[in-house]
Amino acid sequence: MKIIVAGVEKEVKDGITIAELIRQENVETPEYVTVSVNDEFAKSENFQTQTLSEGDRIEFLYFMGGGQ
Amino acid sequence: MEITMITLKKSDFGEMVAHARKHLPEEACGLVAGVTEDGVKKIQKVYYLTNTDHSSEHFSLDPREQLDAVRDMRANGYEPFGNWHSHPESPSRPSEEDKRLAYDSSASYLILSLMEPEHPVLNSFHIEGGVSEKEELAIQ
Repeated sequence: MKIIVAGVEKEVKDGITIAELIRQENVETPEYVTVSVNDEFAKSENFQTQTLSEGDRIEFLYFMGGGQ
Repeated sequence: MEITMITLKKSDFGEMVAHARKHLPEEACGLVAGVTEDGVKKIQKVYYLTNTDHSSEHFSLDPREQLDAVRDMRANGYEPFGNWHSHPESPSRPSEEDKRLAYDSSASYLILSLMEPEHPVLNSFHIEGGVSEKEELAIQ
């Protein structure tokens, strides 16, 4: 099936989970990445089980913060 | 590692300083994006995001605004270059907290110091594995 990852169309296996996509995309420090699926933020505890569907739009966002 | 060269327009620098001053005593923060030409990262747009910590010592970008900014970058053909934040009362260099929370080694981390109110200082850093390295930033 086809999904859109960071604005780019990609072919992935049917029913791929968010966790599998993170591994497939070689996301750096995935524990600090927020994932949105069709503008909704996915809960990290669901990454292993939440499956994606044809045409889903995925964004990976790094947590950005700090302190002086 | 090759030192990254970054440029920022004077007008954008001025707006960034004004925004940071307006949000004192809190840290101000946002994102920067632009185009790479001849190996130089040219910042074309500075994004002003909410510091969800509302703190004078910490900042966190609002994920929803971050998502909107990423979409805007894409729509304008800009690359995400990294983020910026202000240090109201400390120098323009990454704190231990900044280094600990720098998860994206491909990003540039710009830090604007307002420690000397009349002489704001902006520097850019590459941070990887807890080690920071100053990048070449030209404000022109």
